Amino acid sequence: MPADTNTTRSTGLHVGEIRPGVPKVDPIIVADNVTRSFGGLKAVDVDHVEIPRNAITALIGPNGAGKTTFFNLLTGFDKPDTGEWSFDGTSISGVPAFKTSRMGQVRTFQLTKSLAMLSVLENMKLGAKGQSGERFFTAMLPWLWRKQDDEIEQKALELLKRFKLDTKQDDFAASLSGGQRKLLEMARALMSDPTLVMLDEPMAGVNPALTQSLLDHILGLKADGMTVLFVEHDMQMVRHISDWVIVMAEGRIVAEGPPDDVMKNTAVIDAYLGSHMDTDLGVVTGRIETVATPKKEKKS
Amino acid sequence: MVPAQRSRSLVKRPIMLLFAVLLASMAFAMTAVTPAHADDVNTDKYQYVFSGNVKYNDKPLAGVEIDVSGNGYSATVKTDEKGQWSVGVPEKKKYDITLVESTLPKGVIVSQEGNDRLTISEKGATIEAEFGLTDSKSVNFFLGQGVRETVSFFDQFVSRAINGLNFGLMLALAAIGLSLVFGTTGIANFAHAEMVTFGALMALTFSVILVWPIWIAFPLAVILTGVLGWLQDVALWKPLRIRGLSIVQLMIVSIGFSLALRYVFQYFYGGRTYQLPDTGSKKIQLLGPIALSVTDMVSMGISIVMLLLVAYWLQRTKIGKATRAIADNSSLAATSGIDVDRVVRIVWIFGSALAGLSGILWAYFRPGIKWDMGWQILLLIFAAVVLGGLGTAYGALVGSIIVGLLVELSTLWIPSDVKYVGPFVVLIIVLLVRPQGLLGRRERIG
Amino acid sequence: MDWGAIFSNSVVWIINPETIAYALATVGLAIHFGYGGLLNFGQAGFMALGAYGYAISILTFGFPWWAGILVGIAASVVFALILGIPTLRLRADYLAIATIALAETVRLLFQTTAFDAVTNSADGLGGYHESFRAANPIPKGTYGFGPFTYNETDWWVRIFGIFLLAVALLITWLLMRSPWGRVLKGIREDEDAVRALGKNVFSYKMQALILGGVFGSLGGVVFALPSAVIPGAYVPSLTFFLWTVLLLGGAATIFGPVVGSVLFWVIMAFLSNLLPRMVEAGLLPFMSNQQANIMRFVLIGLALMLIVIYRPQGLLGNKKELTFNAR
Ligand SMILES: Nc1ncnc2c1ncn2[C@@H]1O[C@H](COP(=O)(O)OP(=O)(O)OP(=O)(O)O)[C@@H](O)[C@H]1O
Ligand SMILES: [Mg+2]
Repeated sequence: MPADTNTTRSTGLHVGEIRPGVPKVDPIIVADNVTRSFGGLKAVDVDHVEIPRNAITALIGPNGAGKTTFFNLLTGFDKPDTGEWSFDGTSISGVPAFKTSRMGQVRTFQLTKSLAMLSVLENMKLGAKGQSGERFFTAMLPWLWRKQDDEIEQKALELLKRFKLDTKQDDFAASLSGGQRKLLEMARALMSDPTLVMLDEPMAGVNPALTQSLLDHILGLKADGMTVLFVEHDMQMVRHISDWVIVMAEGRIVAEGPPDDVMKNTAVIDAYLGSHMDTDLGVVTGRIETVATPKKEKKS
Repeated sequence: MVPAQRSRSLVKRPIMLLFAVLLASMAFAMTAVTPAHADDVNTDKYQYVFSGNVKYNDKPLAGVEIDVSGNGYSATVKTDEKGQWSVGVPEKKKYDITLVESTLPKGVIVSQEGNDRLTISEKGATIEAEFGLTDSKSVNFFLGQGVRETVSFFDQFVSRAINGLNFGLMLALAAIGLSLVFGTTGIANFAHAEMVTFGALMALTFSVILVWPIWIAFPLAVILTGVLGWLQDVALWKPLRIRGLSIVQLMIVSIGFSLALRYVFQYFYGGRTYQLPDTGSKKIQLLGPIALSVTDMVSMGISIVMLLLVAYWLQRTKIGKATRAIADNSSLAATSGIDVDRVVRIVWIFGSALAGLSGILWAYFRPGIKWDMGWQILLLIFAAVVLGGLGTAYGALVGSIIVGLLVELSTLWIPSDVKYVGPFVVLIIVLLVRPQGLLGRRERIG
Repeated sequence: MDWGAIFSNSVVWIINPETIAYALATVGLAIHFGYGGLLNFGQAGFMALGAYGYAISILTFGFPWWAGILVGIAASVVFALILGIPTLRLRADYLAIATIALAETVRLLFQTTAFDAVTNSADGLGGYHESFRAANPIPKGTYGFGPFTYNETDWWVRIFGIFLLAVALLITWLLMRSPWGRVLKGIREDEDAVRALGKNVFSYKMQALILGGVFGSLGGVVFALPSAVIPGAYVPSLTFFLWTVLLLGGAATIFGPVVGSVLFWVIMAFLSNLLPRMVEAGLLPFMSNQQANIMRFVLIGLALMLIVIYRPQGLLGNKKELTFNAR
């Protein structure tokens, strides 16, 4: 189990003075001048941002800040008005979503997308890459893919066990609870051995007891050499696991830095809270005492 | 699916002079041992022979050119002093026989009346001829006095465009209901076609069968269609919404409902075509090439007034604004205190009533009333609505006008029996560029 | 009433070519909608291409019958590509309307007088049977028992049709238990999720559209084998009947289309035998014979509604594996 592995915070990720758009020592994503508007509203307007490799980066910001839209753009699910970005050194602007995923950049969705009428195990197996049985003609000849499929199944079962879903493997995903679906979606994303995992509010709707183990999972991903970028509203959690925090408001990156510094940043406080200047963010949100407040999945 | 041709008047003041020239063709073919000269082509070479006799006012016409073509074969012949011609062909199949009109005396043309198998082209008049039981067939053209007048392209364009506008406005009446129902309930309602038919059938029942005056019969028909819309919502769609059917299920239910209703109409009204009073009234020459009948003008007037009223309703009244709000975002609208059920009910009533009205206008435009008449334009209505963007009222209007114009104008270049293809092709191309339709919005992901 | 005749006139429909043709085309629809979630309302267009592809290549180009079938298949592949490229990215309801529109376009092009020399416009094509019948291995004679007594030609059509149907069912069965089928079902549930997992969703949808379309065109061939090709047969109502068959049997099942088709045709035949006789016997005093026949189509419409409302998984489907999810 990854809980006891490397959970130390990575530091020294940036180069030079900390400011929005600061260069990173070893960036995995570099984005420039990315904009996207809906009608008159500029949902995303990012001049420059770099995501550090093999670290856990949190993307925070108030509702409607453009976090999900930015995710959609980076992963090819939406088309920007302008902008360039690269993943692992190769430019992937304009690359369709399935290709960015194949390159190792896998995401989850804020509104969970479990495949309701597939069993939990089938959901998991769908996540694996490079399956020969997924090709049309090979598919009709079971002996050509049976062995690989069995291996994938083994891997899926192991992951399910880690996410405490192994007892549900034969149930339809539709029968899972909201939190279990979040877990399933995350586990499914891991089936493809990604290099970058992008999680949109992974904790929303997950109960406090499970949150702790989910946090451990995320830390474990880093320990396994992956990079994590996640959106989260829960500052406690952000503070607990992230190595770097990027703050968005009204489409722009307004601040970034190590978690403790960012939480004290006035721009962040402004963005989140308006006038409560000097108060600790956690106190004002009322979340500092609780581990995590399960909150309803919201439609935005 | 082809409405009657409305504006093709190629023959001016035709004075009909009919000739029934019957050759004893069997005997002719067997006894003809005449050598092959200009009036007698390939008759000794092939067994199958077409022949004919060209006369005008009882006088034979010599030197008239006749072309025979088909099945990879073609031949040309000129009539002799007796006005006779014959051509041998290699196979016992269908051939096109064309009389070249430029070889006729001035002021004489092939008359179209009395011969519906005739097609007129620039070259002349063509008859598609086929052999019967025998190996010979006589083919005769009826000649009449007249001038073959080809209407200039511009004039044709203008008159078709006006026609298309009329058609488009009529479609818009039907399309707005479909689009609003979609916007407020998510149902792509195939049974909307039957609202169109129902309006026309009720108008028929009251004005023709019960012989009530039009000004009672037609409004009553429109009101009854609205009532049917209301009944539909109460008895079918609202319970299904409460049951929580998905939009795909609702769509298939509407297909089943459409099928059932359509055959119920056929059950009661049979398969024949009926006409409303004053159908096919005379065209009045207005400005330049524009000729419209009184019904055309009234129809366009009614459409425009109704569409303006709908626009006013959507823009200014409380219910209208609520309708747009729901079409925009129904869950948001519901939480902001709008009585969604009430608005949906009103949309069903008015949407259906408008469809009923467009059914009456369509009955004049087609012309005729038939059990599946609404179904015939349903796809055009859908094309219009999708073209504009499903669920947007103004999109439906824009889409309808485009479709109406396309249908009528495309006949300038393509045969009129494929004129409905135009809007479909444009629809596909638009969806290729803008999958959300012209005025539609993209959905959010994630 | 002659119940014996009514019964035997109805049961013969179990293996009539129309039944087999509907079953084949519906297997195609099951791949499209039942497994792939594609709301294809243009299956009649695929059938038309199969039938016309077969007839035209024999009549106009003098191909042998098997080459005619290949031409029909090729035409449906091309049509699937033309249909799929603009429409597969669309939302379900847009897709439905776009597919009907394109299928209608196909029919209107076969029906127009512009291509009369090849298509014989509204009259349709006939007289292309020689080559297929010459390939019949069954010696001349009548075979069978009871209502299922046919001559060698009728048996040849039926056997060949059933053979095609069996192949289609086998392919479907193999695919749907493979990882390929898993991806397709995943797309049915949520294509964005599948995209996020690195699958080329468009390509899978296209493969499904082509495969189902090919089965549709084979259905068209079987439809054409015993009789003639009439453009008026390939109207949208044909597609709706196929949907009725599909939903009756169960959209996401292997044998649903077969069961659905058999039931559909047997019931239709039963009613067309029963209702007129009930009219004659004075049991339906308010109906004429013709009205009794029209009644059957009203019943199809009602049946379609009731199935979708009360048993959307069909007769063979699993209640849990419904295929209708709101999108
Ligand atoms: N498809 C769309 N059409 C119109 N507006 C959109 C669309 N998608 C997003 N928006 C708008 O863009 C803005 C940013 O939305 P986004 O979902 O990216 O916010 P977010 O930061 O993820 O918020 P949350 O924390 O609530 O998830 C919002 O104002 C939203 O209304
Ligand atoms: Mg978001």
